[in-house]
Amino acid sequence: MAATERHIRRRRRRDDAHRPEAPRPPATGAVVSFSAVAKRYESGDTALAGITFDVFPGEFVFLVGASGSGKSTTMRLLIKESEPSSGEIRVAGRDLAKIPRARVPYYRRNLGVVFQDYKLLPNRTVYDNVAYALQVTGGSRREIRAKVPDILRLTGLSTKLHNFPDQLSGGEQQRVSVARAFVNHPPLLIADEPTGNLDPETSIGIMQLLYRINQTGTTVLVATHDVAMVDKMRRRVIELAGGRIIRDEQAGAYAARENTREFAIRMRSAQG
Amino acid sequence: MRPIFFLREALRALKRNAVPSFAATATVLVTVLVLGIFIPVVQATAGAANQVRGKVIADVYLKTDATAADADRVGALIRSESMVKSVQYVSKQQAYAEERKQNPEAYQLLGSNPLPDTFRVTPKNPDDINRLRDALEPLSPSGGRAPVDKAIDEVRNREQDTSKILSVTRVVKLTMALLAGLLAIASMLLIANTIRLSLYARRREVEVMKLVGATDWFIRWPFVLEGVIVGVIGGVLAILMLGVVKITVVDPLAKDFALIAAPSTINFPALIAVLLAAAIGVSALGSGLSLRRFLRV
Repeated sequence: MAATERHIRRRRRRDDAHRPEAPRPPATGAVVSFSAVAKRYESGDTALAGITFDVFPGEFVFLVGASGSGKSTTMRLLIKESEPSSGEIRVAGRDLAKIPRARVPYYRRNLGVVFQDYKLLPNRTVYDNVAYALQVTGGSRREIRAKVPDILRLTGLSTKLHNFPDQLSGGEQQRVSVARAFVNHPPLLIADEPTGNLDPETSIGIMQLLYRINQTGTTVLVATHDVAMVDKMRRRVIELAGGRIIRDEQAGAYAARENTREFAIRMRSAQG
Repeated sequence: MRPIFFLREALRALKRNAVPSFAATATVLVTVLVLGIFIPVVQATAGAANQVRGKVIADVYLKTDATAADADRVGALIRSESMVKSVQYVSKQQAYAEERKQNPEAYQLLGSNPLPDTFRVTPKNPDDINRLRDALEPLSPSGGRAPVDKAIDEVRNREQDTSKILSVTRVVKLTMALLAGLLAIASMLLIANTIRLSLYARRREVEVMKLVGATDWFIRWPFVLEGVIVGVIGGVLAILMLGVVKITVVDPLAKDFALIAAPSTINFPALIAVLLAAAIGVSALGSGLSLRRFLRV
């Protein structure tokens, strides 16, 4: 897992003291902090009826609930695709409402996002899809040449570099999506139903990948309706129903810090 | 680094979306072709109409007993009028000779010359012909007309012909302007729609780019460059075709037809410049502006 090690090192370097310009999180130190956030749509539907929660650095958090419970709305608010009707959202201490429209792209670069439908660029190869995330931030060609093969090795796509998305299986496409989300080494990675379109075995592979990313110190927030998967993972769970939080378990059943392989073995045995 | 990157992106998009790109190029080509034919036609027609309008003149007849001194005085008076473009003096003898050539039998019967000395006055603006007449022969309070000089017998502006010429040419010019305007609007809508269609097919791509953190201009530049390339290709092809038609069809005909050779027609290099600028400008602007609604993510 040399690649993983390198990522851990990069994360540490990023957190070094010689980067003081990064706004320190508030006293609580939360990466994501929702306080009394509500979202009503113009049609009159209430998607979120005031939810409050904090996510701390390095956490792996599941957001669960049936469809229509407000998971996707929460995710959309987080990537600032829509605005809350009331309440305050802070990411890394920054109030999202205070980010002007023109700065939104720069905010999104600090965020890795994985979607249920992968959202890959259809006429680019796997390599170019991941490289685009770096080109957007003005990454040099050398940087791209160094980072992209690395991240694709981490996600197990080394042999598919020059395939187009429609030549890949669903699981592989989702791996590309994860690779693209993580290539900038964002401090926070959010995934909206990342396994929604995948079979259980492939889902475990994706979860394993997210877990590995979490191990490098990245905070991971996953929205899913796959309760069985969540139970097996034994991580913090926030459950939504009708736009309210009905459960926020700090994962008493947190397994001792296991490595990725042990994690996968446990996941598979629990499945059987 | 950046411009090269954007150019590469634009070329990649053109290659990967060959069919919509071809449709956009073909639209530009057809539009430029139609405009390129229509602009000279409009101008030739307007030029012809103006030439006809140039024939609007007023005749100032002197009294038959007017002396050469009277004629000089009236000539100076007419020339001092600001609306006058040119004055032509036709003496009795000249008029007689002219008329006799046209109608020898009739003039054979006449013993003496009944024709007066005449000034043919051409106004600067054909529409001013009636005001010019009023200036030389003001309406008197009694309803008749009193010439400004006692040597002037009468001022005539060939009323029938004049009003016909003025109204017909006005209609022709108006129709041409209207057609040109409609054509310009139609071509812009056509190009904008074709571009929007090809963008609509790629709106998901734009959405993904926004979600990855691309700024609006980072997404827009390749699209604008794509529009420029489409405009250049379509425009150049259309101009080449126009050039071929000009050399093989129009130029040989121009010797025989005054309408085609009308001097007021735009010259070919200027036409090329106008068309190319319009093609590129409309395509680039169309791409950049049509993208706006897909950028709101």
